[in-house]
Amino acid sequence: MSIANIAVERLNKAFGQRTVLEDIAFEIRAGEMVALIGPSGSGKSTLLRHLVGLTIANRQTGGRVTVMQHDIQCDGRLIRRSRAERCRTGYIFQQFNLVGRLSVMTNVLIGRLGSMPRWRALLGRFSEEERSQARHALARVGLGELAGQRANTLSGGQMQRVAIARALVQDADIIYADEPIASLDPRSAREVMDILKRINAEDGRTVLVTLHQVEYARRYCLRTIALKQGRLYHDGPTAELTDARLQALYDNADLDEMHDASAPNDSPVALGAAG
Amino acid sequence: MNISPPMLASTPAKRGWLHLIGWSMALAVLAWAWQGAEMQPSALMTNAGNMTELAGDFFPPRFGNLELYIELMLVTVQIAIWGTLLAVAFAIPCSLLSSENLVPWWVYQPMRRLMDACRAINELVFAMLFVVAVGLGPFAGTLALFVHTTGVLAKLFSEAVEASEAGPMEGVRVTGAGRLEEIVFGLIPQVLPLWISVSLYRFESNIRSATVLGMVGGGGIGVALWETMRGFQYAETATIMLVIIIAVTLLDMLSQTVRKRFI
Repeated sequence: MSIANIAVERLNKAFGQRTVLEDIAFEIRAGEMVALIGPSGSGKSTLLRHLVGLTIANRQTGGRVTVMQHDIQCDGRLIRRSRAERCRTGYIFQQFNLVGRLSVMTNVLIGRLGSMPRWRALLGRFSEEERSQARHALARVGLGELAGQRANTLSGGQMQRVAIARALVQDADIIYADEPIASLDPRSAREVMDILKRINAEDGRTVLVTLHQVEYARRYCLRTIALKQGRLYHDGPTAELTDARLQALYDNADLDEMHDASAPNDSPVALGAAG
Repeated sequence: MNISPPMLASTPAKRGWLHLIGWSMALAVLAWAWQGAEMQPSALMTNAGNMTELAGDFFPPRFGNLELYIELMLVTVQIAIWGTLLAVAFAIPCSLLSSENLVPWWVYQPMRRLMDACRAINELVFAMLFVVAVGLGPFAGTLALFVHTTGVLAKLFSEAVEASEAGPMEGVRVTGAGRLEEIVFGLIPQVLPLWISVSLYRFESNIRSATVLGMVGGGGIGVALWETMRGFQYAETATIMLVIIIAVTLLDMLSQTVRKRFI
């Protein structure tokens, strides 16, 4: 694998007159687990959407996103990629984005669509091997029992774990998670973060996760990238984000946001602080 | 607390005027339409004798040809079945191509106008055209129902598509699936219950429409209806009407039971 798994250069984005991202540049190596933090409205979700091409950067600013040596977008233009390339990155949303009326099993199998022959994908003819992959992924996120249930009958935490299982069957090298725990209760939030950490540690997948609670970044991620008003504020070991620096990061924002009520508080393990 | 009480206080006089203008306009429209429609309730009284005589001609209904009429009613149902089925099959792609959350304006605008045209022209008019094209008979009627219903269903289907959530489709897209898979797995499950319900409702109304298609040569029970009325055989007409009423009621009930399962 290459040194730089994700490379972002000179990324600028404005929605109308409002600048959301300004000259963002960073690189992430394969196998890292990186937190992307910042107050609400700092542009972290927008940045993540740029990395998979859901949002396109401004033109004529020379912005560029490269993932696994393939350009995703270049100077405000989306680069066409084959399905095989696109399914190498998984994406997890704050609102889960499952298909509520389909079963949990089918929702997980959707992760295979990109790597199946077209006709089988369109007809939904999943092979026994694909089904066993899906069952395996569901077992890994602790939902093996719920395969036959409709997705919209699950709790938020369960839905997010189904979304992770969907990314797992994609066999993606990189997993992006956009506020994966923002809509979850503290217990479900820890479960989801634990699963992401395991995928990173055991499978060697690169994980980039946006969080708005610093405590989770400290606990789970060695490295943190912080955005403040669309600019890069910090990029380095999470341990270097001292309380004073965090104060300045959340300066204009609501101070409560930094230490959200639903932060982890039980175990003293601090993976982040070790770095 | 807010600014609405003083605003409300200043408006009653103005609102009174607006009400008056609104009501007088509504009355003017009604009067205008009364004239155009040549409404003459008095005719009901003066021609009462004629009408009782006419009504009397319907009774008792003559059931001699009942078997033939039931057969023709079945043809009518068959016309409605295929007219609706073909319409559903064509309305699916047409509705996707007229949804603004799926395609750019230069695709959905022309497609919508085409569907408007299909919808604007009544089934009977299409039936007369298709009789010329494919000859007298049920096939012309089926084609007429098909074209008109495609226009109706495409609009109703695309409204469901435009009201669907974007999230599930994005969820499918980021897995690396193609645009069609995104629609099949992310969109169709969301809109399917409504699509089925709307299609069944159109099937019900197509059975009713199909009963008159025969009058212009489109096949089915309408032929017999037209022939007996033209021949002043009102006792036969009464039997046909009974057959239609019973068939339509039964199929409405059947379709409603199926429909309820999908809502």
